[in-house]
Amino acid sequence: MASKTININLKIWRQKNANSKGSMETYKLDNVSTDSSFLEMLDQLNEQLVNERKEPIAFDHDCREGICGMCSLYINGEAHGPDRAVTTCQLHMRKFKDGETIYVEPWRAKAFPVIKDLVVDRSAFDRIQQAGGFVSVNTSGRTMDANAIPIGKAEADKAFEAATCIGCGACVASCKNASAMLFVSAKVSQLALLPQGQVEAQQRVLNMVKQMDEEGFGNCTNTGACAVECPKEISLENIARMNREYLKAMVAAE
Amino acid sequence: MSKSGIFTSSLAKKYWMALTGLFLITFLVGHLLGNLQLITKTGEEGRRAFNEYAYFMGHNIFIKILAYLTYFSILAHACIGLYLAVQNKKARPKNYAYNKPGTNSSAASRYMAILGTILLIFIVTHMANFWWKQKITETVPLHYVENTTDMQIGQDPMTGAPVTRKITLQSALTTNGNYLEVAAKDVESGQSQELVKIKDTKLIDMNTNLHKAEGVRDLHTVVMNFFGHSEQGQPANEYALIAVILYVVSMFVLMFHLWHGFGSAFQSLGLNHRKYNGLIRFVGQAFAIVVPLAFAIIPVMIYLNR
Repeated sequence: MASKTININLKIWRQKNANSKGSMETYKLDNVSTDSSFLEMLDQLNEQLVNERKEPIAFDHDCREGICGMCSLYINGEAHGPDRAVTTCQLHMRKFKDGETIYVEPWRAKAFPVIKDLVVDRSAFDRIQQAGGFVSVNTSGRTMDANAIPIGKAEADKAFEAATCIGCGACVASCKNASAMLFVSAKVSQLALLPQGQVEAQQRVLNMVKQMDEEGFGNCTNTGACAVECPKEISLENIARMNREYLKAMVAAE
Repeated sequence: MSKSGIFTSSLAKKYWMALTGLFLITFLVGHLLGNLQLITKTGEEGRRAFNEYAYFMGHNIFIKILAYLTYFSILAHACIGLYLAVQNKKARPKNYAYNKPGTNSSAASRYMAILGTILLIFIVTHMANFWWKQKITETVPLHYVENTTDMQIGQDPMTGAPVTRKITLQSALTTNGNYLEVAAKDVESGQSQELVKIKDTKLIDMNTNLHKAEGVRDLHTVVMNFFGHSEQGQPANEYALIAVILYVVSMFVLMFHLWHGFGSAFQSLGLNHRKYNGLIRFVGQAFAIVVPLAFAIIPVMIYLNR
């Protein structure tokens, strides 16, 4: 099939650095292949900007196959754009019409400050993980075999589903409260569902929620926007599980 | 975790919102059943049933505990809710230039804080109109009934025929379910005589100063008049139509608030399971439609039957 090309208008957030004000700038880009990904389209725009001796647009990206969680972008009013269950790198330009104006903005949250243009600082997620999103194992050379404890298929699948969270932050970006509950609940669930995670379960959920609150994320109002926009389709069941885990820990933890 | 974590953490606030919300949902059921008496029963019987019910609600110790729990729930739900709304606004200092939240969430879920604020204003005015008069200023009059009868006051000395006069007897409904005559009025001369001294709701014997009985307040007439139904010689509220419209609008707001709130409370408490999610959604949405609608019908019916 012959590839089609479209001409598009772009309104993109430009911000010199974390301290500058920033604004939406308008760009025109012609001959965009509908087979190209959204990031390839931005590469094409940057090439055009460089040729015009202008500063290219900074945006996060890495694997470009939907598993690293680096790409972000709030495209036309939705995290990772209008498609479902994809990251921005998996979004194709065939989803857009010829002559369409496309808005591209960074994730907006107090806990995700803009570093430059479309790049935001998501280290708040790292700090939440460091607060409890792990199991303590002996790594001195006598590490226990990960499969030593047999786990039922159903439980393993549920834990795996939670573990597919790539920490991209689309949940925070989509939530009207900039809440990180879906991310934190996925990270709590992937361990809470497994026997290896039970040992530190109570402290884990308490510490991770505490860190989440300290980072300045909002509160969950169960709108469900996060689960709809999540590229990995993390379910709201995880938030309910975290609520259960936290309730248990709150009343029972030492 | 800090000791005060049960109040400060984001999840603990959600538990409080859910628990107080669910309690207020059960309160709505009781309140609705009480209110429905306003249209299901008519005449003196209906008026009496409603006023005796209102008296019971104000004096039963078990109901009193529930009432204080309700006041607490309303205050806690409103305060924590508003605090959360402010915190959530702060979590996103800069909004998107272009946002399409309609693609991923229901409008009811996104406007809970605004819907809740409207409901709080409704509750304040609602309580000012009825609860305040019944319980705080105690300006709701007693439940009176009037009977005009021909009373024999003597015999004609010539013919021996009985001499009668038209007398209006005013009786008050008492808490033990009787009507006690409190005043008599001669219809022709307009002279009236008090038979019982009345202090607040206390009915006191004229001669012995003994407390004879406790009167029941006539909240029924206050409600009926408020919604435009002239009763007991009291003029109907001239702004009744506005009152009815605002009441109905408030119930629509309640509908949207419950539409999201009912199921949301279960999710917040961690009750989310494929087995019963469907049931929670069905019951929640049915409740969100039926209960506010039933509430709204009452003032409309009162107004239409005025």
